[in-house]
Amino acid sequence: MKGQHEKMWQGLGLDLGAHDALLEVLKKGYQDVYLAQKNRPEGMGYLDFVMSEVHGLRIKELIDEKAAGRKVIGSFCVFVPEEIVRAADATLVGLCTGADFVTEEVERFLPRNTCSLIKSAFGFKLGKACPYIEASDMIVGENTCDGKKKSYETLKDLVSGVYVMDIPQMKSQEGRALLKAEYFRFKEAVEKLADITIDADRLRKGIEIVNNKRKALHRLSSLRKANPVSVSGLDALLVNQVQFYDEPVRFTDSVNKICDELEVRTGKGEGVFPESTPRILLSGCPMAVPNWKLPWIIETAGAVIVGEESCVGERGVRNLTDSSGSTVDELMEAILDRYFKVDCAIFTPNPERLDHIVEMYDAYQADGVIHYSLQFCQPYLTESIPVEKALEARDIPTLRIETDYSLEDLGQLKTRVEAFVELIG
Amino acid sequence: MRFAGIDIGSRTIKLVLLNDKRMVLNKRVDSGVDPMGRAKGILDGVAYDRIMATGYGRHLFELSFDSPVVTEIKAYAIGAAAIFPGVRTILDIGGQDSKAIAVNGEGRVTKFEMNDRCAAGTGKFLEIMANTLGYNLDEFGLDALRAAKDIRISNMCTVFAESEVTSLLAKGEDRQDIALGLHRSVVRRVAGMLKRVSVEEPIVFAGGVARNVSIRRLLEEILEKTIMVPENPQIVGAYGAALLARKKLS
Repeated sequence: MKGQHEKMWQGLGLDLGAHDALLEVLKKGYQDVYLAQKNRPEGMGYLDFVMSEVHGLRIKELIDEKAAGRKVIGSFCVFVPEEIVRAADATLVGLCTGADFVTEEVERFLPRNTCSLIKSAFGFKLGKACPYIEASDMIVGENTCDGKKKSYETLKDLVSGVYVMDIPQMKSQEGRALLKAEYFRFKEAVEKLADITIDADRLRKGIEIVNNKRKALHRLSSLRKANPVSVSGLDALLVNQVQFYDEPVRFTDSVNKICDELEVRTGKGEGVFPESTPRILLSGCPMAVPNWKLPWIIETAGAVIVGEESCVGERGVRNLTDSSGSTVDELMEAILDRYFKVDCAIFTPNPERLDHIVEMYDAYQADGVIHYSLQFCQPYLTESIPVEKALEARDIPTLRIETDYSLEDLGQLKTRVEAFVELIG
Repeated sequence: MRFAGIDIGSRTIKLVLLNDKRMVLNKRVDSGVDPMGRAKGILDGVAYDRIMATGYGRHLFELSFDSPVVTEIKAYAIGAAAIFPGVRTILDIGGQDSKAIAVNGEGRVTKFEMNDRCAAGTGKFLEIMANTLGYNLDEFGLDALRAAKDIRISNMCTVFAESEVTSLLAKGEDRQDIALGLHRSVVRRVAGMLKRVSVEEPIVFAGGVARNVSIRRLLEEILEKTIMVPENPQIVGAYGAALLARKKLS
């Protein structure tokens, strides 16, 4: 994608040398992790193409949209309601993270013991290698964990257009009232940015677009319940990751096409791995492109991932938004209902998450749970201990992994994952 | 038939050869800078029908020798259960990692934990500290038992602990007292790991560090349990791998 997009990247202020180096690493990683897999569904070809143009054609589309007066809003979290963004004809994109980048530079702004996800996001900004953040007219920083909340204060000095959204920490009436106020405030901010008044029709349309995307992802998840499973966990994760970058309607169609193919495969009893392959449910922190380290270790250790209890996975898309309301207030209430159910570990207490892990373990016929936390991610790390105890009390084998984006613990992780696979196999 | 088990560790490579169930050979060499060359050397002239590899270098071996592999965790569980039937807890401290393994009565792993990326609480830590104090490894453990005084070493990081040791020496502390403090610090760490996994008896202690009597004695003290050490604690993994090579055939 290099030559043809250089001008565009220059226009966005990217550091072409650093960006080229990044794309090279990404391409190599994609080959080693994704293209090296066997029996991939043909429909994944679409995802291969999207990935090869994730900083190219997709950015061009966004630039074209901007030229036509539409806005781009960047986010780091599934609490930012895409329905509202779509209702204003704007596009919501996930901002770059998922790989270590110019870490020394980042540590001039953030403490060392900040999680990889936050450091990486800063790295992409400071290293001028994320076209999404450069193309964004608004960047929503949401007050979820302390690491993000405080780092947005610093981010404000580095980029323009940072909009901070407060997020409650308890599922109480007061918490709900806070989220409601914040979603209305966000709606106004989006309306002002896009110079569009969001009426009920617009909001309903936004809800429908996003719901359709979620329904396609539900269909994909559901197909993974079969044994043998017709798609690898790595590929399913990629689909979940790409939803944050791709044009939603086209993405939805493509996922549905993949599902059509998987249905045929499942009907014939075809799988990507043999029927006896141990099945893993992955639970914990979100994994952004190109953070494929742990899933890759798991699937090359002779197991298959059948579900992700994660924001980039089922936690992020579990519920649909009711689109039956006839007024803006009713539809906003439906949006609020939907997002207030998200069982992120920033909430205290957060019993729904454990229920969902157990539910998914059963539904996907998993043989064990691997709990993944990023080092220094207090909410998920703290929750991982009681979650592990509760799962083991139910005789669900659980492996707790704490890691980051670096590859220095690859050998240790491989041994632990392989031993876990031996244990459940 | 003859079955071989090879354990390619970070510090040493161990080989066990079984004639059916009976151990007919065991060998150990340093891993050096070219572990695959050393592995080839240790296998030189050894005839076997099947082999199974374990240890940190198992995947390299798998590539060069087209051998099946098993993790150290399972290999130690199988090996320890064959030597001590009914074992429930295994502690393995090797060159660069330590593992606590809970097994059911049949030697099947039910839970395990491993140290993360750092050398704290491993053989390498002890080796560096022994060096700093001017001991060879055997004297180091024995001399710690002669300590008259308890000195608490607070740094678990190998590099920081080394400077702590240097400053204690500069203060005129006796080296056997410092040696005891260092052993205690390793034991505190592995005891914590064991408690998270299992301390159910019988407990078997294996791996290179199990040769250190001081670690074993201090562990028994802190856990208030009896700890068993096999006659040749370093080959338990290779033995387990050889048994698995045999089992795979049957």
